[in-house]
Amino acid sequence: MDTLLTQILNSLFYASILFLIACGLSLVYGVMRIVNMAHGSLYAVGAYVAAWAVGLVASYLHVSLLLVLLLIGAAAAALAGALLEPTLLRPLYQRPEEYQLLMTFGLLLILEDLMRMVWGPYPLTASALSEFFPSISVLGATYPGYNIFVIVVGGAAAVGLWAFIYRTRFGILLRATSQNMRMASALGVDVKRIYVQAFTIGCLMAGLGGAVVMPLSGAVLGMGVDALILAFVVVVIGGLGSLEGALVGALIVGAVRTLGIMYFAEIELAVLYLIAAVVLFLRPAGLFGRA
Amino acid sequence: MSQALLASGRLLAGWRLAVGIAIALFLVLVPRLLPPFQTLQLSYGLIFAIAALGFNLLLGYTGLLSFGHSAFFGVGAYTAALLVKYMGLSSMEAFVLAGALASAVTAALFGAVCVRYTRIFFSILMLALSQVIWSLAFKLFWVTGGTDGLRVPTPTLLGGSVALGAGEDKLVFLTHRYYYYVLALFLVCVGAMWVIVNSPFGKALQAIRDNETRAEFVGVQVRKYRWIALVVSGTFTGLAGTLWVPLNGLTTPDILYWPFSGKIVFFVVLGGFRTFLGPVLGAVVFNYLETYAIGFTVYWQMVLGVVLVLLVLTMPAGLVGTLAPLFARRRRIA
Repeated sequence: MDTLLTQILNSLFYASILFLIACGLSLVYGVMRIVNMAHGSLYAVGAYVAAWAVGLVASYLHVSLLLVLLLIGAAAAALAGALLEPTLLRPLYQRPEEYQLLMTFGLLLILEDLMRMVWGPYPLTASALSEFFPSISVLGATYPGYNIFVIVVGGAAAVGLWAFIYRTRFGILLRATSQNMRMASALGVDVKRIYVQAFTIGCLMAGLGGAVVMPLSGAVLGMGVDALILAFVVVVIGGLGSLEGALVGALIVGAVRTLGIMYFAEIELAVLYLIAAVVLFLRPAGLFGRA
Repeated sequence: MSQALLASGRLLAGWRLAVGIAIALFLVLVPRLLPPFQTLQLSYGLIFAIAALGFNLLLGYTGLLSFGHSAFFGVGAYTAALLVKYMGLSSMEAFVLAGALASAVTAALFGAVCVRYTRIFFSILMLALSQVIWSLAFKLFWVTGGTDGLRVPTPTLLGGSVALGAGEDKLVFLTHRYYYYVLALFLVCVGAMWVIVNSPFGKALQAIRDNETRAEFVGVQVRKYRWIALVVSGTFTGLAGTLWVPLNGLTTPDILYWPFSGKIVFFVVLGGFRTFLGPVLGAVVFNYLETYAIGFTVYWQMVLGVVLVLLVLTMPAGLVGTLAPLFARRRRIA
């Protein structure tokens, strides 16, 4: 019973991080029809900036205050997004989508090396943060408290994003633009602004994901490239452009990873990609996507 | 008027032929003219050019952007390595045949899933499938050597009649005999691809690229043609992988990882995917660019990234696509 519970919590933990990465990827695609290959790198930027900020003041502040610093990582990724969209992506909207994919691939190469340049080749860590949380016993199972914190952050992000998109005026404009950009524009929606805001929110979520995962796994070179592929699997299963899809996809991938580590560690990744391929084969637009 | 046009057309064809012969002559003389290091680099460039030619049959002629071509390149390379490991073979012809066959089979399987989709879905699906192969090469280390990869000793060429002599420097072998082997296969591939894109089949692919619906109405079996294009494309890229292995001496999962697919896309965009020879030039230039960027700075990835971003912003038609019209115009004025 308690192992089962631990496995469920593990799945939820993976799913939280995956959702934080994948929801931004999906949001950006839904609104702008761009698949951002540099999205994983913005997740890594969140991790690096958070680790750097925590390391800077770790000796002066109490650990609980350091948690707030994780938000700086998210903010840094958001800022990067707000700068990149108008300068490098906006000129390409009229072009075939190959160019947008290539541009974001170029950005990925640049961002990966930029992080190496600024923070060096060695991982940055802030394990004090995760150790600050005591292990919690839930129904007889002992579970690391920080992981619960990540699950809570992931859940809060999902609820917050949902409320933002379905319950605010900005969300209505966003959905209108996503459904029909020309019509929205003709009705007076400032599409340029919506694009920048959507891209920034997507990057913010990725940065938050990177920041919350950092105390556990550290900020490591290449983490973004690895994360991007998993996020692709999530959005392919769930459906590109759909937030519900990102959530369900994240839960599926989180569960498969947890099972995979237990029962089929060697082919865990292969199984994930195969699931994605099968879903695409049966439902080209993913479980929740529209073609 | 028409005679003048005809004459200028004949002049153009003659001019092209002259340039072609000059380039071929230069390629043949490279091992005598250039130091071994340069010859080695050119071999890498020509091999990547074969991969790029194959890739461009999909992007330039069929309008499908694959982000999974690393799979075919890697399957070609690993096939040779596994033949060495399990069957003790050393004949390059065996590697080439097996590598081409294995990558063709892989492409046929990928195609069975992917050709129903176009645009971004095709790209991502190819990426996901290629990563299945990567993760297998990465995790099944007792077969593939995991991250250490597999070593491939210098093979024998032409049915064992050309081999590395006892006590001979491997570099001499690679920059002379093996270079000519690569060059010969490269020329065969360029010729074969030229025939393919100018055949009725190639024209049908271009029709699919330009307007899928119309192509379908004219009677082109769109999915079947796309599938064949993918198999041909994958076979070329797989052949390149097989040729690459002896040069590198080692194959690792890196060539199966998706950024390597990005590199192949880079070759083609750098050269220009709307032209026949653009990908060839792009692959050779990219290889030099990467080699010198790596020698120049540890942040070579950033250099490549900046080049790609600038290319997309300012030169979307690539080197050949941008430069060729300039030359053409100048000639017309003259």
